[in-house]
Amino acid sequence: MHPAPSVIIFSTISGLGFGLMLFLGLGLPDVSGWVAATFATLALGLATIGLLASTFHLGKPKNAIYAFSQWKTSWLSREGILAVLTLVVFFIYAALWAFMDNRIAMLGYLAAALAMGTVFTTSMIYAQLKTVPRWNTAVTPLLFLLYASAGGALLSNQMTVALVLLGLIIAFQAMAWFQGDTAFARSGSSIETATGLGNLGKVRLLEKPHSGKNYLLQEMVYVVGRKHAAKLRVLSLVLVALLPALLILLTEVNHVVAIVILLSHIVGLFAQRWLFFAQAEHVVGLYYDAR
Amino acid sequence: MTQLPTSTQKKLGLVIDLDTCVGCHACVISCKGWNTNEYGAPLSDMDAYGGDPSGTFLNRVHTFEAKAEGCASQTVHFPKSCLHCEDAPCVPVCPTGASYKREEDGIVLVNEDKCMGCGLCAWACPYGARELDQMAGVMKKCTLCVDRIYNENLPEEDRIPSCVRTCPSGARHFGDFADPDSHVSKLVAERGGMDLMPEQGTKPVNKYLPPRPKADVNGTQAPALEAQSEEITGFLGWLDRTLEKI
Repeated sequence: MHPAPSVIIFSTISGLGFGLMLFLGLGLPDVSGWVAATFATLALGLATIGLLASTFHLGKPKNAIYAFSQWKTSWLSREGILAVLTLVVFFIYAALWAFMDNRIAMLGYLAAALAMGTVFTTSMIYAQLKTVPRWNTAVTPLLFLLYASAGGALLSNQMTVALVLLGLIIAFQAMAWFQGDTAFARSGSSIETATGLGNLGKVRLLEKPHSGKNYLLQEMVYVVGRKHAAKLRVLSLVLVALLPALLILLTEVNHVVAIVILLSHIVGLFAQRWLFFAQAEHVVGLYYDAR
Repeated sequence: MTQLPTSTQKKLGLVIDLDTCVGCHACVISCKGWNTNEYGAPLSDMDAYGGDPSGTFLNRVHTFEAKAEGCASQTVHFPKSCLHCEDAPCVPVCPTGASYKREEDGIVLVNEDKCMGCGLCAWACPYGARELDQMAGVMKKCTLCVDRIYNENLPEEDRIPSCVRTCPSGARHFGDFADPDSHVSKLVAERGGMDLMPEQGTKPVNKYLPPRPKADVNGTQAPALEAQSEEITGFLGWLDRTLEKI
């Protein structure tokens, strides 16, 4: 699948924002006044920037208003509704907390739950797709939730919780890659089932329908840069989880170290999300003898 | 709405005969022509006269080769367009309600006034039947020529999809699969019409007729011809014999 920068920025940055909302909603860190306002602004800013970035890949953004209508069947519609709801509830909660010094715990829990709900709906947009076997697994939503909450823990300086979450990320990300590498073969789709010609023998594409590129190939048969995938996997896991975990364990986390941890985590997160798209193979590639 | 109808009154669709298709791409061109001039936004081309042309098509013809061990290979031309699936995965994923499947005839359509061009329906389709028009920014797909099949301004013989009307080898058939006595239902029954990627669970309405078994692919090549053994007579015969002696 094509790793569109707008979608990578959207899912990583908004994930960090909603992850931070999870901890602020739970009343962590225990701050008030301007410090609370700064944390809340950061959370709202990240979530909003991410959501705005997602509109850049739309062909006709002016019709985006209709996207709130199909919550009965569409995960993307559910995501849109939950995202807006989360922003509104969290804004009210944070404003009362920071400016009236009145932190309403129940409202905070609601905001936290909504924030995780939003991340879950985002992940289900990918996990629901039978056409992309690598994504079509329960590990996809689990990882999205882990990445968002780990980022939120780092941003809100909850280093012990972060340590646990980073450990879980290493375990489940490794599992996702291990399972993912055989997911396409296990899905049962092949060029023979795609063409129905399997009873005639081994099938191969003799001639493409056209000599040029097309939307399907650009969007769903993305193969650029896959040769560095193995290196990128190691690099992303080191940056996103291993290095931050070691720094938390072995050093006194002051402001400078905290910034190094955050930068390392975010760069690793970009690499992870790039791989999430670039390594995902769509079954339509079978019609082009390409994955 | 993006909820699929539990059943449709008709199941309109195509039968594509892989035995008869000659791979001429006439259906591709007639589809492009009709759908550029009529229903919805035109099917745009990008850099049409430049070095890197591309464009939106609702129907494309691939060519595959199938070869079993020890047999000669077979070439199969393979037209591919929307299969108007009964369990169309492209419809429920649509966030705006632009994608829908019609209760009356089962045709899967896009309401371009609501489509925001997010592309999720194209991701959900295993067959590559949907393409985002790069100029209009909306999703395009086969409409089964909904603006022809019910169009009383057209002569009756033209009230079929453009690709079917155009096909010079009679490889494309249009009809109602809900009616067991229809032309297409009978073809499917007689020739073993098949689904593409049945494991995806989409229940395609369109069916493909497999190539008929060939007589000469059973592992043996025809025996080589014997060397010319007939006696040559006349002037050429004399010349042949004389030259032989020299």
